Amino acid sequence: MSPRRIPAATDAVERRETPLTITVDGEPVSGIEGQSIAGILLASGRRAWRSGRSGAPRGVFCGIGACFDCLVTVGPERDVRACRRRARDGDEVRTQARGGGGSEL
Amino acid sequence: MYGTRAVILGAGIVGSACARELARAGCATTVVDRGRPAAATTAHGEGNILVSDKGPGPELELAQLSRRLWPQIVAEMSEQAPGMDDLTEWDPKGGIVVATTDDGARELAKFAESQRAVGVRAETLDAAALAAAEPYVTRDHTAAIHYPEDAQVQPAGAAAALLADALRAGATLRTHCEVHGAVTRSDRLTAVRTSDGDLIEADIFINAAGPWAGELSTRLGAPIDVRPRRGDVLVTTPLPPTVFHKVYDADYVGAVGSSAEDLQTSAVVESTRAGSVLIGSSRRRVGFDDRLSVEALSAIAAKALRLFPALADVPVMRAYGGFRPYVPDHLPVIGPDPRLAGLWHAGGHEGAGIGLSVGTARLVRDLLLGRPTEIDATPFRVDRPAVLGRTQKGRAA
Amino acid sequence: MTRHVVVVGAGPAGLAAADAALGAGARVTLIDEAEQPGGQYHRMLPEAYAAARPQHLHHGWRAFDARRRRVLAHPRCAWWSETAVWALERPDPAEPGPPRVHVLRGPVDGGGRDRHTLDPDALVLAVGAHDRVLPFPGWELPGVYTAGAAQALAKGERVVVGDQVVVAGSGPFLLPVAASLIEAGSRVREVLEANTSGTLARGWGRRPWELAAQGGKAAELAEYGGLLARHRVPYRTGRTVVEARGDGCVEEVVVARLRADWSVVRGSERTVAVDAVCVSHGFSPQLELPLAAGCALRATSAGEFVEVDGDQRTTCPDVYAAGEITGVAGAPAARVEGALAGWLAARGDRNIASVRRLRTSRDQGRAFAARLARAHPIGTGWTSWLRPETVVCRCEETDYATVCRAATNESTAAPRAAKLATRAGLGPCQARMCGPTVAEIGARLQGPAGDLHIEGLPPASEHRRPIARPIRLGDLAAGSGTTATSDSNSRTEESSS
Repeated sequence: MSPRRIPAATDAVERRETPLTITVDGEPVSGIEGQSIAGILLASGRRAWRSGRSGAPRGVFCGIGACFDCLVTVGPERDVRACRRRARDGDEVRTQARGGGGSEL
Repeated sequence: MYGTRAVILGAGIVGSACARELARAGCATTVVDRGRPAAATTAHGEGNILVSDKGPGPELELAQLSRRLWPQIVAEMSEQAPGMDDLTEWDPKGGIVVATTDDGARELAKFAESQRAVGVRAETLDAAALAAAEPYVTRDHTAAIHYPEDAQVQPAGAAAALLADALRAGATLRTHCEVHGAVTRSDRLTAVRTSDGDLIEADIFINAAGPWAGELSTRLGAPIDVRPRRGDVLVTTPLPPTVFHKVYDADYVGAVGSSAEDLQTSAVVESTRAGSVLIGSSRRRVGFDDRLSVEALSAIAAKALRLFPALADVPVMRAYGGFRPYVPDHLPVIGPDPRLAGLWHAGGHEGAGIGLSVGTARLVRDLLLGRPTEIDATPFRVDRPAVLGRTQKGRAA
Repeated sequence: MTRHVVVVGAGPAGLAAADAALGAGARVTLIDEAEQPGGQYHRMLPEAYAAARPQHLHHGWRAFDARRRRVLAHPRCAWWSETAVWALERPDPAEPGPPRVHVLRGPVDGGGRDRHTLDPDALVLAVGAHDRVLPFPGWELPGVYTAGAAQALAKGERVVVGDQVVVAGSGPFLLPVAASLIEAGSRVREVLEANTSGTLARGWGRRPWELAAQGGKAAELAEYGGLLARHRVPYRTGRTVVEARGDGCVEEVVVARLRADWSVVRGSERTVAVDAVCVSHGFSPQLELPLAAGCALRATSAGEFVEVDGDQRTTCPDVYAAGEITGVAGAPAARVEGALAGWLAARGDRNIASVRRLRTSRDQGRAFAARLARAHPIGTGWTSWLRPETVVCRCEETDYATVCRAATNESTAAPRAAKLATRAGLGPCQARMCGPTVAEIGARLQGPAGDLHIEGLPPASEHRRPIARPIRLGDLAAGSGTTATSDSNSRTEESSS
């Protein structure tokens, strides 16, 4: 059942959770305020959301903005590093395919 | 000529193309470079093979010759060694020139008409045809001409393929070998002294040092006036197919022909095989100053957006700059040096050297073998005021 | 005139630099891409988490928290969070000085971010490092993470990458990563240090008095060791993950024994079922900004770092460097370097006792870095676990055979020609991941390139990225407007478009 978010109730840092919802390719996905888009995707059970040149699946690799594997489109903006971008309630996230034939700019 | 010893100084695309022609013609050919092949100007351009930006005259003739040769050479190289077309990334994608003002439209129409008169294919596109050919180009245009003969290669790959073919034909390569000076005997260049501490003897030496041709020719005692003219290119992240031809602003022709010292920009936009869009171009006369100029990059971006407003949200992930070999009269220098027997020059192509390399090499071969040349080579002769005139003070520019 | 010091990076080194520069009387602009200071080491939980006990996840929280509050509240400090330095523009060689700093302020990678320029009197670069991961078959599978990713997710937003995890690579950093996974509730199957016990003993064993100076670091590591023991997590040396396998994501890893040079002992392979694997073979300093500023690098056995003198000065006038970009020695050493750099960048008195103490401590940090590099080298035999089809460049999916072919063909061997021919390093990460690997393979196959200075043609470097962070074409086109020079007042906004 990995990956996942540590439940707030058992989290030793004693924190709060304010829910938010983003959409991923139109489908609602819930997370909590303060999370990165990558964190929300991972915690919702998605380990891969982008496809590379060969079509192979990719998700988070470096987690700190250096590898550019986790790129997503947020609203009108393509190539946003999901591991660095803080999610906002209502963000419309679309996954990207590097092969990309026929998809829109 | 069989057995003539030829030394080519510079392993960029012009030197590689010359090496291929001479080795195949039976010369004992050696290519010498102070670094490694295709590492300097050749690897810092866009890989243009254009006829569209040249008006009637000797440079257009050389471009047309080169354009005829390129597909033949790519086919010959692929026969020799599979994979060479992959390395070259030869793509006869065609060019589209777009004007965005009424004046620009008039100038472009006149320019295209003059080109048609000398055999250039230049097809006027109406708004619908332009939108079909380039769906993301601005609707805010006043004229567009399609040049189906324009093509593109991956420049370092194309140079590597030419050099590899030369080596297969018997040429040899010496890297990390810098030429320090000349050995002459009764006004003839008979050898060059190198950083390896030895002499390389030959019957002819071809200066193919690109923007450093002026410096090299000075070391050899026969200076020519070739200067660096800086250019910058922006590279976007890989995109879905967005730009299908080489698309440029009608201003580009004016900027190419200009001799201004200060920053000139015009939009040149095209995709690479991997999906990135290359965005040029700028022209600055700043010597060999390799510092990044945000002003230049911003100006290039602004011009490109006028042509492709849809690219506004696309990230630029890299910029690179290089130095074009610039001759004050904007014509290449091809042929023997009248002051020093045994020394030849092949260069000064400014931003067109990738495309013109193969035609230049063919001229060098035919001139050397005493054969009739396919086009008139006299406009490119070394003995002209722009090449020999200002060499004493000019190189500091 | 108050000196204006711009500090890039608000991790342990940058925060210390800002603190010291403020103490010396300077006006400081502290820049970081994150929303909060701390860097990777003190990566903070989001404010929205409203954590009552953040210190649970940190070593040295109290000192960090105090410094953070002091710096951010200082009247002479402008804290520019969510700010990316996307370019540095060198001044005319006739007027040497720090480069002009071009920044974008706003959400990461967003369009329409505000463009600003800063013209500081001194620049302190403290931009840190990221994991260096050597390629291995299957490393591009989802579920393979850098060790830093696992830690950032656990520490920064309480997301755990897997339930059955193997941590592998080299260096003491593997221990805190394993610890944070355990803390977050993962089962860490094993921690694998690629270097043999002999290499570790030789590296750590000599001159133990040097270690005493880094006592804080040693105690921290000992604590992690204790945690691993309590959770019965085996720490094995001379072993590593040589392959990740799975259908669409990692399901198992192949673990093999290594010789001292990291060559694989054939026949020693075994598989371990996992749902995540975290790997780090060392660190890659982020050198694009130092290079853009014109700073010289120095080559070491652990890779290239920024060359600095005894004052943390780079070879570029009024540009200082601190932290992991000068050498990897951990947070305590980075703090000391930062403090020294910030104080001297602000032209603080160089002859006071506290500066002498900082220098001594900094020298001990450097000794520690050298020791770390000796104990945890990257062996040359690692290429033995590659296959011809193993992906080397993750972005462009260039494989090992292609990289070798380009490097051994004399027509394409120049780094730039090879890059264009193979596309390794040309993708979105701009060689941040594969650059050192491709350079290492190339150097091995070709021998050293030799020093050649050509006017207008700077030597090829896998770290050169003149556009240091992507900028949207529309934002680049928008221009940067007017530029204010630094002056004596304490404005926080210099100029904006």
